[in-house]
Amino acid sequence: MTSPSFSVVPAPAAKPNALVEYLLRLGDDRLVLGHRLSEWCGHGPIIEEDIALSNVALDLLGQATILLHLAGEVEGQGRDEDALAYFRDAVDFRNCLLVELPKGDFAYTMVRQFLFDVHAVVLLDALSRSTNADVAAIAAKSLKEAKYHVRHSGEWMLKLGDGTPESHRRTQTALDELWRFTAELFVGDAIDRELATSGIVPDLDALKPAWETLVRDVLDRATLTTPNDLPRPASMRGGRTGAHTEFLGHMLAEMQIVARSHPGASW
Amino acid sequence: MASTVNDQSAVAPQADAIAGDSQWPLWEVFTQSDQGAPHEHAGSLHATDAEQALQNARDVYARRGGVISLWVIPSGAITASSPSENGPFFDPGADKAYRHPQFYKVPQGVRGV
Repeated sequence: MTSPSFSVVPAPAAKPNALVEYLLRLGDDRLVLGHRLSEWCGHGPIIEEDIALSNVALDLLGQATILLHLAGEVEGQGRDEDALAYFRDAVDFRNCLLVELPKGDFAYTMVRQFLFDVHAVVLLDALSRSTNADVAAIAAKSLKEAKYHVRHSGEWMLKLGDGTPESHRRTQTALDELWRFTAELFVGDAIDRELATSGIVPDLDALKPAWETLVRDVLDRATLTTPNDLPRPASMRGGRTGAHTEFLGHMLAEMQIVARSHPGASW
Repeated sequence: MASTVNDQSAVAPQADAIAGDSQWPLWEVFTQSDQGAPHEHAGSLHATDAEQALQNARDVYARRGGVISLWVIPSGAITASSPSENGPFFDPGADKAYRHPQFYKVPQGVRGV
């Protein structure tokens, strides 16, 4: 540098590695949703369903583990999956808003799960053909789990939607409330476009019709009304850039406190 | 009361009576660990219908692997022998060694016997 700089503007942060960002999005979606599901452990409506929900939670935690592990590896800053899960604050999480909302009642949990599971199946199926071998392998493994998850949550949509007047009312209410959070699943940004160009990830816009067809089919059979898409401003998004709802911070406080109180502990 | 596996309307109340509570109907779960191996009774669980019973069985009895096939059967569909009939039912088999095929050698290579 030949002349001193008097600028008070901090140096621009290094351009984030697109693949790392994308892996954090995938991994954080699963870490956060897995934690929300685990909140049902011991509170399920019946022990069999309690086990089923915990089982899905553990699948998601497993997926998050390998995704965050790979994110840390690609990033090359020495952060492993535990460092990423337990020592980042809410603003650094890249999950969509849908997964961080409080678990609500059983209908709310199941509607959220169903909307997410269908998205996971559609997305992972496309990612299993990624030009990145690691991404393709993780997606192929996770797809098997996601296919079972959607069988489970889809069956619950039918039971709850086409069940009693109360179960129908609660499920429709949850659907109406959660629908505006689904747009975020299909909003592509510069990260998505960069990775799509090299065939690492699919074009997000192309996923939406497949998702909606699958979702509508089940909701129709469940006698539920599929809400209309809201205009852009009314749809809820921000998670991918760290603008989260207040709920994530509270959830992370609980999820991270043991690891942060005893850093490096093993058991 | 005669019931078939598919006749759940008839089975459900009966299964409920067996469960002795107000829970969902009871189902018996059978798991197979290997091709050609028999389906063995693994335990029981509650579910509202066959699909849910299958899913619950998968999560309760097959989540740690080692299972390649699952059967679920409404508990009410099982006709069981009565403990009070154990004498006439089972005792006659106890003292007749000639009924046991113990004088044969199992050919090598035969599995699942």
